[in-house]
Amino acid sequence: MSEISHILPLSKPKEGISRTGTWRLKKPVIDHSKCVKCMMCWLHCPESTIDVVESSDKFVEVNYDFCKGCGVCANVCPVKAISMVPEG
Amino acid sequence: MVLQVMMVGGISIRELPRKKYLLPGNPSCPGCPEALGLRYLGMALRDRVILVVPAGCSTVIEGLAPNYSMRFPIVNVPFASADAVASGVAAAKEVLGEDAVVVVWAGDGATADIGFATLSGAAERGDNIIHICVDNEAYMNTGIQRSSLTPYGAWTTTTWTGKKERKKDVPLIMLMHKVPYVATASVGYPMDFIEKLRRAVLIKGFKYIHLHAPCPTGWRFDPSLTVEVAKLAVETGMWILFEAVNGKVKISPPSLPYRDRSRRKPIRDYIKIQGRFRTLTDEELKKLESMVDDVWDTLTKFT
Amino acid sequence: MHLTGNYAVAWAVKLSRVKVVSAYPITPQTTIVEKISEFVESGMMDAKIVRVESEHSALATVFGAASSGVRAFTATSSHGLMYMYEMVWWSAGARVPIVMAIVTRTIGAPWNIWSDHSDFMSQRDTGWLMMFAEHNQEVLDSVIQLFRISEDPRVYLPGMIALDAFILSHTTEPVDIPDQSLVDSFLPGRRQPYTFKSGDPITMGNLPSNPRDNMRMRWDVHKSLVAAKKVITEVDREWSKLTGRSYGGLIECYMCSDAKYFIIGAGAWVGDMREAVDMLRSEGYEVGLIKLRFVRPFPVEELAEVMRGGKGAIVFDRSVSAGSAGPLYLDTVAHLGALNVEVPVKNVIAGIAGVDVTYNDIAGVVRSFIEEIESKGVVSNYVEWYFR
Repeated sequence: MSEISHILPLSKPKEGISRTGTWRLKKPVIDHSKCVKCMMCWLHCPESTIDVVESSDKFVEVNYDFCKGCGVCANVCPVKAISMVPEG
Repeated sequence: MVLQVMMVGGISIRELPRKKYLLPGNPSCPGCPEALGLRYLGMALRDRVILVVPAGCSTVIEGLAPNYSMRFPIVNVPFASADAVASGVAAAKEVLGEDAVVVVWAGDGATADIGFATLSGAAERGDNIIHICVDNEAYMNTGIQRSSLTPYGAWTTTTWTGKKERKKDVPLIMLMHKVPYVATASVGYPMDFIEKLRRAVLIKGFKYIHLHAPCPTGWRFDPSLTVEVAKLAVETGMWILFEAVNGKVKISPPSLPYRDRSRRKPIRDYIKIQGRFRTLTDEELKKLESMVDDVWDTLTKFT
Repeated sequence: MHLTGNYAVAWAVKLSRVKVVSAYPITPQTTIVEKISEFVESGMMDAKIVRVESEHSALATVFGAASSGVRAFTATSSHGLMYMYEMVWWSAGARVPIVMAIVTRTIGAPWNIWSDHSDFMSQRDTGWLMMFAEHNQEVLDSVIQLFRISEDPRVYLPGMIALDAFILSHTTEPVDIPDQSLVDSFLPGRRQPYTFKSGDPITMGNLPSNPRDNMRMRWDVHKSLVAAKKVITEVDREWSKLTGRSYGGLIECYMCSDAKYFIIGAGAWVGDMREAVDMLRSEGYEVGLIKLRFVRPFPVEELAEVMRGGKGAIVFDRSVSAGSAGPLYLDTVAHLGALNVEVPVKNVIAGIAGVDVTYNDIAGVVRSFIEEIESKGVVSNYVEWYFR
């Protein structure tokens, strides 16, 4: 039987379907000197746009391409190391 | 089995998987609790999950074909059908001898209203699935209309002067189905939710988890406050975290202090942070407070 | 062996090695699932039965199982089919091969358990393969064939088979039950276009970014139904080699080759139409029967080939699109007209809500039709509601 292909209602996973970084009115800025590496920001970010990088100068990093600027990270940080700064 | 289940606990945040099951760039609202819930589901159960998603916010959060914003295999299904489809998926996997955890990710409607009979049927049959009700307390995806899970007094686009009926207590109803696992959870307490998922998955049979999901868009609060509102719900006693294995109810650690009425934060704090309760009168607030006491009373009888 | 139509369905499901059955009882489908339950609980059949709380859940469960890699089956009638309607559409759009038996029963209001084809014909837009059985042997053979056709990669669509309430479902007829080894050689292992597996991230059914993509999917469903015509013919031929029983594929022509007038119909009463043809032939009328076995895909070319040059045809419909005419008639005249087959076609709507129709009734109606064409050249009443 020859190869038959149908047009199926299927989708594959893709990061960055929408450029949600453009949604922001405010952006989170992390003061890494205050950061106590508790991972609360990573845990409570709804977007998976805070990554734990564990590098010499910072423990976590914001993915500004897709961060929507919701501010949950700033709200949950126990040491107030994150400020929401107006975009642009 | 009970012993095995009891031994899951004390997960460290450092141990949680970093693999993203909800991908950045998805179309959820900023501060979305369903997004939080989906992340925690991925952290808890990882690649074992087959998700069955009836119509709701998460359908749209998947994004547009030919791509989608998650890493779970997902069966999108008509609104009232989720638990039945899940039962079929679970049956097929058992026939084929393939490992899978079949999870229904359903909102208010698909759990308590249009999907209610389907939920009850699957529970009564003891089908081997986990039903997670992601409860944002209204039909959010279609524009914030009231559901049976909308609390008394809340504004919605079909209850402009506040809902006159009380919130349907689905966790208690599921308790009465005598299924082996019933729990409540909250997006404000991710470790508790993840532990409950990992415990539930050890049990064969019908499992029910009711996830409280405060929605900034529909409840009218700033997106940064999602976790704060979720915690307030527990701290005021309005949302009770519990877990029932084989019908024996245990109040979960974050809710334990609030068994004592005097330790609960005033419900007024929970009310005033949300715009949807703006029309609530003092008399309605009193009624709401007595409803909260009522739920605690009833639940405590099962502990 | 002597089997009712419903038991013939049950035997076919068992022989087809179905792994998940899920159904909700409704008269007159009930004995299908009762028999399957007996098979499973006695160990004769290795399958899971999910005893759901509604028909909507029945097809939902079957869809869940079928989309996840196993052969699954359900059966229903009338209001049960109405209740699962959205799942019927969903399954076809999702391209999941499933087989469903419909014990055709009329739809209320008012309540009525007797046979007509309203429930079945209401599904004709959905994208499912749709076929009718004339007798219980055909019921058994066709359920097995339908698994093969629906799982063919050229098709990949669910399929439903109609058997008339009580006339077939509850009437005992002699039926040959093929050996399991014969069915195994005919029905390969399950094939489907995709499946859900843990660790394999795909989603089925999320919103399309472009409606045009969605329209192309519906077009693909339509094209696959058309492609199924070839598969149906191949399968009939192969089944005939194995069992000696052929049903003609999409249509069966009885005394068609030299006929000037045609009786066209589907379902159990085709048996009565055969009797009518024999009777009318003995009276000198040049009449033939075209049995519509499949109505989706609609056998356009096959009908045109037989009917071209004919003097008249009656399409018997056991359902009606109220306010228009019978659905089989509408399909027939639309396509024949487009293909310039200039044969006067009359619609006789009969047997609705279980009204009994005999071969005498059929012969009488055909006789009057032929007389009218022969004497006047036209028919006065193109859509006739026949009450005895």
